[in-house]
Amino acid sequence: MTDTEPILRVEHLSMRFGGLVAVDDLSFTAKRADITALIGPNGAGKTTVFNCITGFYKPTAGLIRLEHPDGRAYLLERLLNFRVAKLARVARTFQNIRLFSGMTVLENLVVAQHNPLMAASGFTFAGLLGLKVYRDAEREAIERARYWLDRTALLRRADDAAGALAYGEQRRLEIARAMCTDPVLLCLDEPAAGLNARESGELNDLLQFIRREHATSILLIEHDMSVVMEISDHVVVLDYGIKIADGSPDAIRNDPKVIAAYLGVADDEVAMAEAEVGL
Amino acid sequence: MSDVAPASRNAALALKDATLAGLVAFGLFVFLIGLRTEQSSSGALEITTRFQTLAMLVAAVFAGAFLRALIFARTPIPLGRMMPESLAGFAASAARFAAPALLIFALLVPVLFYSNRYLLDLGILVLTYVMLGWGLNIVVGLAGLLDLGYVAFYAVGAYSYALLATQFHLSFWICLPLAGILAAFWGILLGFPVLRLRGDYLAIVTLAFGEIIRLVLLNWQSVTGGPNGIPSIPRPSFFGLPFADAEGGFASTFGLEYSPTHRVVFLFYLILALALLTNWVTIRLRRLPIGRAWEAMREDEIACRSLGINTTTTKLTAFAIGAMFGGFAGSFFATRQGFISPESFSFNESALVLAIVVLGGMGSQLGVAIAALVMIGGFELFREFQLYRMLVFGFAMVLIMIWRPRGLIATREPSLTLGDPKP
Repeated sequence: MTDTEPILRVEHLSMRFGGLVAVDDLSFTAKRADITALIGPNGAGKTTVFNCITGFYKPTAGLIRLEHPDGRAYLLERLLNFRVAKLARVARTFQNIRLFSGMTVLENLVVAQHNPLMAASGFTFAGLLGLKVYRDAEREAIERARYWLDRTALLRRADDAAGALAYGEQRRLEIARAMCTDPVLLCLDEPAAGLNARESGELNDLLQFIRREHATSILLIEHDMSVVMEISDHVVVLDYGIKIADGSPDAIRNDPKVIAAYLGVADDEVAMAEAEVGL
Repeated sequence: MSDVAPASRNAALALKDATLAGLVAFGLFVFLIGLRTEQSSSGALEITTRFQTLAMLVAAVFAGAFLRALIFARTPIPLGRMMPESLAGFAASAARFAAPALLIFALLVPVLFYSNRYLLDLGILVLTYVMLGWGLNIVVGLAGLLDLGYVAFYAVGAYSYALLATQFHLSFWICLPLAGILAAFWGILLGFPVLRLRGDYLAIVTLAFGEIIRLVLLNWQSVTGGPNGIPSIPRPSFFGLPFADAEGGFASTFGLEYSPTHRVVFLFYLILALALLTNWVTIRLRRLPIGRAWEAMREDEIACRSLGINTTTTKLTAFAIGAMFGGFAGSFFATRQGFISPESFSFNESALVLAIVVLGGMGSQLGVAIAALVMIGGFELFREFQLYRMLVFGFAMVLIMIWRPRGLIATREPSLTLGDPKP
């Protein structure tokens, strides 16, 4: 495991909202081309970590360092909102799906390629005149969209409104849209939520395909343990904003602290703990 | 209850509804209609009563409510279904030909109604509102930013032209782009403070912005002339040839007999060209990344940011480009009128343009054009019933909103499709 260098390094990350400490001194690393899962009970601070990494929150303290394959490094806590996606190429999906529901599926994927297309359209002026350079760029963007539609089995629905898709299809479309930004790191916030067993199996295949065929590392928040245990290479467990475990899926599965956090502890253990602190 | 026949039960319910409606009507009308203050011959106010009219109105409301409750029970009136299927199909197929038909008609208006000065002026007015509607459509329809102060940019354009033309004697064709640029600049200036606002809050700030511009125009006497406005603004010339009954004028150069209609026809084609330019640019922009980013921002701003779209510049460009077309329309207005004052730029104008955009169907170019034609043209048609035309219009707008809650043309044309048929 030590032979691959980390792509994302989170060091001493803390996030406070007033008196509430949502994330407390969290450090972990995600390795290149790995699927790293972030798990924990409800309210553990997983989505807050995501929002810090993707630039939606500015962390109270700590460092988030992202290294590109070409060696360039970005400090994500200093890049704000859209720049994390634009410069550092971190893409994300949302826990409650956020698609452009009035626009078609294809348009959703083309909007995701806004920045390269914007440059190709000469910041609108060349595009307004209909120059060839823009038409070529648009064709390329459509081809990329078609590739991801094909991958997510949505090609048939390309010209339908995104809001008209079934729930599982919307989840897949959101991943396809994130992949259209050509990300280095893909952050998925509960991609399997609300999917049935067959659909979450397909999701596993899709994520493994992304990891295998594209130079994209994946960071994943998930409650569905069948997804987490089957595909992730590395699991980080959060509880009340504190990291309680970090390791391979097998190690995590048998970690007593993780079991305690998810299932609670037996009465005699509570008594033992109370004796320890002198109650 | 089972032994009561449903018919008589319905009647009882209808009677109850009708009584309630009658009471409400009585409460509303008793002071509004039942009592009336009039000035007596001695100059003092005296109260006269009109209980007969009141009784008739309440009875009419009672009867109407009773019939409605009997026929439709307590369900809402199915206005949508009241339109026959064939008519709906006809409307759908007509929509395809409506745009070219309207364009050809617009091109022919000066030919068909050459001798009818009133209709030509009305046509110019309608086209001005079509252009304003299309300009606001960029901000409200595409970018989803509710702007209640659009008239401010119209005013900036008008005053820019008026001041540049009267003070620096620049020609219309130089002033037009300058007015557009100045309006766009003010659009960006408005855009900055409202970047974080959405929906109702944005509406309030833009409303205030519109009022600020009007008040500045009203009070900055030394520059804008205050309430007196700016008189004798140069009229447009035909690319340097003035529309005047003199040697070197338009008519004499082309060997025509002088007629004041020439200028009106020129103005008509000028505003038509400006409106079509607005339309062309909007259609073009919708298919460009910037236009798609506007629409995406309307749908979900947070998702936009997660895709690396700079929502700040996206919003500012929407404000700037929308304002620019408002500025063009404003300088046209100034050159057509020859006189402008702050009175022409009240909130009513903003509300009217917004109503055109919403009634037409946000984002739909054709819908906005039809709505402008119906609103402005229809308003003129009802001029004879001037007392009732606001009533008729309010009623018509309510009906349209019930029948088509998302505007006359609510279907959205995708900006691009995958082209080939799928298996």
